[in-house]
Amino acid sequence: MTASETAALKTMLFALADDEFIIGHRMSEWTGLGPIIEEDIAFSSMAQDEMGHALGLYSLLHQMGEDEPDTLAFLRPADAFRNSICVELSRGDYAFSLMRQLLYDGAEAERFEALTQSSFPDLANLAAKIVQEERYHWIHNTMLVQRLAKGTEESRIRMQSALSELFPYSLGLFEPFGGNDLLVAANIAPDENTLRQRWLNRMCPLLISYGLAVPAHQKGDNWTGDVEAVFGGRNGRHTEHLMNILDAIQLLRKADPKAAW
Amino acid sequence: MVERTHPYSEIWDALNTVMDPEIPNVSLVEMGIIDEVRVEGVTVHVVMIPTFSGCPALDVMRDDVENTIMSLGFHAEVSIARKPWSTDRISESARNKMKTIGLAPPKQHGGNVEWELFSPVPCPWCTSENTTIENQFGPTLCRAMYYCNECQQPFEQFKPL
Repeated sequence: MTASETAALKTMLFALADDEFIIGHRMSEWTGLGPIIEEDIAFSSMAQDEMGHALGLYSLLHQMGEDEPDTLAFLRPADAFRNSICVELSRGDYAFSLMRQLLYDGAEAERFEALTQSSFPDLANLAAKIVQEERYHWIHNTMLVQRLAKGTEESRIRMQSALSELFPYSLGLFEPFGGNDLLVAANIAPDENTLRQRWLNRMCPLLISYGLAVPAHQKGDNWTGDVEAVFGGRNGRHTEHLMNILDAIQLLRKADPKAAW
Repeated sequence: MVERTHPYSEIWDALNTVMDPEIPNVSLVEMGIIDEVRVEGVTVHVVMIPTFSGCPALDVMRDDVENTIMSLGFHAEVSIARKPWSTDRISESARNKMKTIGLAPPKQHGGNVEWELFSPVPCPWCTSENTTIENQFGPTLCRAMYYCNECQQPFEQFKPL
């Protein structure tokens, strides 16, 4: 791997690791508060999975010369985080969190399926592991979103408003980053635009089949979003929602760097 | 250091007594979590494969493995492999032991997990296939929750991976 490919790979790994870490934390906020006990457990388990994926990705960065995973998670300032804005937004109501998880896990599935073919073997192996676990998230999320979208009038309205609010942010999961073209040329990682297209083609027909209105249109085989994507996170431009998370997550480590728990 | 004639089998036997912290009657060897054992002089290298990437039991297992190796008089070097673990690595003996504690074992799927995800899960108590999934997620990352309509008992399934 050339120096510029390594730099581009690190940029991408920070983006993916931070996405997993932050959405994992957002999901964990449902522990003890789930609307029913099954969902309390489901969100807690999915949160734990996402944290595991974050740890795997941070470990890969550590192997490439970056700090220890705990240091990366607990001691970086907000503007060093490269997560998309989609994952940092407050959890909202259960409909909002569930819809975000469906949109995010769809993106994760496309992304990590592609990464199983990476020419960087450690990343390909980690991707294969993540794909295994994401199957369960996908089944859970599609089942629940479908039931609620087709459920009562109130549940339908809540799922629709969550989707309408989240759609521009979820397009931001594919925000371009510097060096993506180098990674594509070296078969290390897929092109973000290609991933976005696959994700649109996966999500739009599915959500429409649930009776939801999607701000996108179809042309030939491909779907195109009708709203502007919300970018910024991949360049370290975040909302106050990320500061709130980091205040909560980093408080203990910053107060006592040697604390063990 | 005592001269050892069969260090490998001795080490594997010892590791076979290290139990999975979440399945107390099944060892890490039977779970297929121990991938490799290599002896170099007085050091034993053990490679482990985590079941689920967010599994909090991994650190406990790692400590248990290190302590076991050290109790045999070796230095322990334990590393975690990144390759994906699969439930196909679980031994037949472990599958039978799981049933005795009310845990439905995953079937061998040969890589075809998608099919396995939607096939009926027999009750570990009464073997009936008249069972219903209650939750894809359970008390640990590796388990789902089911209910047997036949013997009317709840049970857990070790998820196929």
